[in-house]
Amino acid sequence: MQEILNEFSSPQLSRKLLEKVKESAEKFIEKHGRRPAIMEVCGSHTHALAETGIKKVLKDYVNLISGPGCPVCVTEQKSIDAMIKLADGPDRIICTFGDMVRVPGTEQSLLEAKTAGKDIRIVYSPPDAVKIAEENPDKEVIFLGIGFETTIPILAVALQEALQKNIKNFSMWMTTKLVEPILRTLLDTNATKIDGFLLPGHVSIVLGKNDYQYLAEEYKIPGVIAGFEPVEMLSSIYKLINQFLDGRAEIENDYPAVVSDEGNPVAKQLIAKYFEPVDEAWRGIGIIPKSGMDIRGEFAEFNAKNRFQITVGEPRKTKCRCGEIIRGMVAPEDCPLFGKACTPLKPIGPCMVSAEGTCAAHYQYMRED
Amino acid sequence: MEERISLAHGDGGELAHKLIGDVFVRAFGHTEESRFDAALFTVPSEKIAVTTDSFVVKPVFFPGGNIGKLAVAGTVNDIAVSGAVPLYLTAGFIIEEGFKIKDLKEIAETMAAEAEKANVRIIAGDTKVVEKGSIDGIYINTSGVGYVEKNRAVNPDGMEPGDSIIVNGTIGDHGIAILAARGELGIQTELPSDCAALNGLIKNVLSEVDGVRIMRDPTRGGLATTLVEIAEDFQATLEIDDELIPIRQEVQGACDILGYDPLYLANEGKVIFIVKKEREEQVLKILREHELGQNAAVIGRVVNREKGRLQLKTALGTTRRLNRLSGMMLPRIC
Amino acid sequence: MCVGVPAKVIEKYEYSALVDVMGSQITVGIIFVPEVEVGDYVIVHAGQAMSVIDEENAKLSIEEWRRLADAGNSE
Repeated sequence: MQEILNEFSSPQLSRKLLEKVKESAEKFIEKHGRRPAIMEVCGSHTHALAETGIKKVLKDYVNLISGPGCPVCVTEQKSIDAMIKLADGPDRIICTFGDMVRVPGTEQSLLEAKTAGKDIRIVYSPPDAVKIAEENPDKEVIFLGIGFETTIPILAVALQEALQKNIKNFSMWMTTKLVEPILRTLLDTNATKIDGFLLPGHVSIVLGKNDYQYLAEEYKIPGVIAGFEPVEMLSSIYKLINQFLDGRAEIENDYPAVVSDEGNPVAKQLIAKYFEPVDEAWRGIGIIPKSGMDIRGEFAEFNAKNRFQITVGEPRKTKCRCGEIIRGMVAPEDCPLFGKACTPLKPIGPCMVSAEGTCAAHYQYMRED
Repeated sequence: MEERISLAHGDGGELAHKLIGDVFVRAFGHTEESRFDAALFTVPSEKIAVTTDSFVVKPVFFPGGNIGKLAVAGTVNDIAVSGAVPLYLTAGFIIEEGFKIKDLKEIAETMAAEAEKANVRIIAGDTKVVEKGSIDGIYINTSGVGYVEKNRAVNPDGMEPGDSIIVNGTIGDHGIAILAARGELGIQTELPSDCAALNGLIKNVLSEVDGVRIMRDPTRGGLATTLVEIAEDFQATLEIDDELIPIRQEVQGACDILGYDPLYLANEGKVIFIVKKEREEQVLKILREHELGQNAAVIGRVVNREKGRLQLKTALGTTRRLNRLSGMMLPRIC
Repeated sequence: MCVGVPAKVIEKYEYSALVDVMGSQITVGIIFVPEVEVGDYVIVHAGQAMSVIDEENAKLSIEEWRRLADAGNSE
């Protein structure tokens, strides 16, 4: 099995597939007078496409547009500020994924709050935060729940553990996001021209292939579910372009070893048991109805939003264009701050801080100078 | 009851005297050079090398070493990669009240063993004890003195396009060993730190090879950060090849889990050489004959002397620029 | 969106499993993959095994990609 997995990143196979992608892209360009436009929905794809050099080498062949799949990037500034503000209270331990730590708040980042003496802990898995609550009964332990459908069921696991162990000092502040509502919003508002979607492999583990049929049926837009190794991504891009050339609009599963038609039933059950859809505010877009998940009423005691009164002012205005970047409307290089006032060391917007952020990927992997 | 360090061990009185005798003099010896308040010695050259470094590693003991080994090897390496021969070290200890004397002895003995291996002597020292809670266990500062042999100096200005970039083994071992030893993120691995004094290995190269441009040890910030510094300091474009960089499977595995990049992980027993292309084979042979250079490899080249930048050649044949590590590495799920 | 890494299950407990990623190990939850067995490969995200990798499908994918890569340019 390990040999099979190694083959997914085989340089020889990648180089051959790369040529195939270029050939079909040339056909597309010949036919349409422009490059095919493919949005990679997932931030991990943005990162992997940039890191492996695929984005750069396909620059003249395929317009790979980064989509809204970086959880911290799409979270509106007020929610970010609220999460950072949580750290202000007495006797609190804030637990978070590493991704959130450097995200700039209007006043400070979590890292700066930690430096100033707040108890902020990075955990690898949400249930680790429940354990921290168990070990610190005199402290309020709050987990900052960000993420899309892959992460949401894991947040449910944490909640279930706290419930079963009857842990009273644990709560979650959730600002999770769902894929379907944002894709619909992007398509409905015609934010940018998209010929097809490179669909997120790991979100699809939970959702399953069938959950994307609306793209093909209602919007006539093709989508291919892709893995994250070079061979997998190139193959999926190739399949998308072939659909464009054939005039087909289908949902293809190019990650069948990992993704099923129906998704993961346990994950779906757990999400439905503990969470319900809520309106969520997206950076640069505003509120999209039922585009996130939050804790159901019967488990409200675990909802940090009920437990703590947090008020934040209007966020500081900057020239940051993250809001447009996450919709694929502009490239990082179009932002006046990119690479100058805004760098990974001193980020102004979240797209520069998250490893998945489009600006960080462009800064780290695609700058010419 | 276990013997522990108390504030009295740092007050200069009887207990302090006893501690120094029992722990430090026993381990390091009391040499001719150390009879006065300052150590006096002569050096066999006009040009000397001096360096200092402080060590605050957590945990104090880890697979492959402890803070003492790190403190000796780290300072020895800073002198050795500068092209000098390390001779003497000083060691300053800041110890938290309550620290076990048994552990302190073990640290001192490890330091003595590593110093002997590296052929250096520890000739001056200092001990301070601070209140419990004000530091985390023990901190050590070491300073080192070495000398530069005639005609042995490295020559970075001679760097030219085509020069080879060589590393003496796998990168990122120390970073992942420490991460696992901390146990915070749940990563388990048998991998030991690569912590080791490199002056013997470096001496073998310098004494036989003419054409070494520069050496650096890629400690904090990792291979990439160190190469960016060389590139900027000497206005050279360096290119390393993703497929040639030696990385242990378990280091890559841990990085995959946490979303880390091995190019930015700390090393404590690695040295980068940039050498004349014609000397590449000879250097590799010398390195691979030494126990600390078994996995030595050529990882890239000097491309030009125009712009100070580091680039990585990916498996797909494209290149991308590598920057310094920006802030500390954080585990990510996204 | 979500970092996921293939890992081999080397020990299975009631609600968790010890998995190996090229020599580094970590304990992960297995609530989403109750069918998992020792020796299986899983995709791990944020400390949970999310999916068992199907070897048969993985092989088929590789074969398909090889065919794609080696296909002649004529249509």
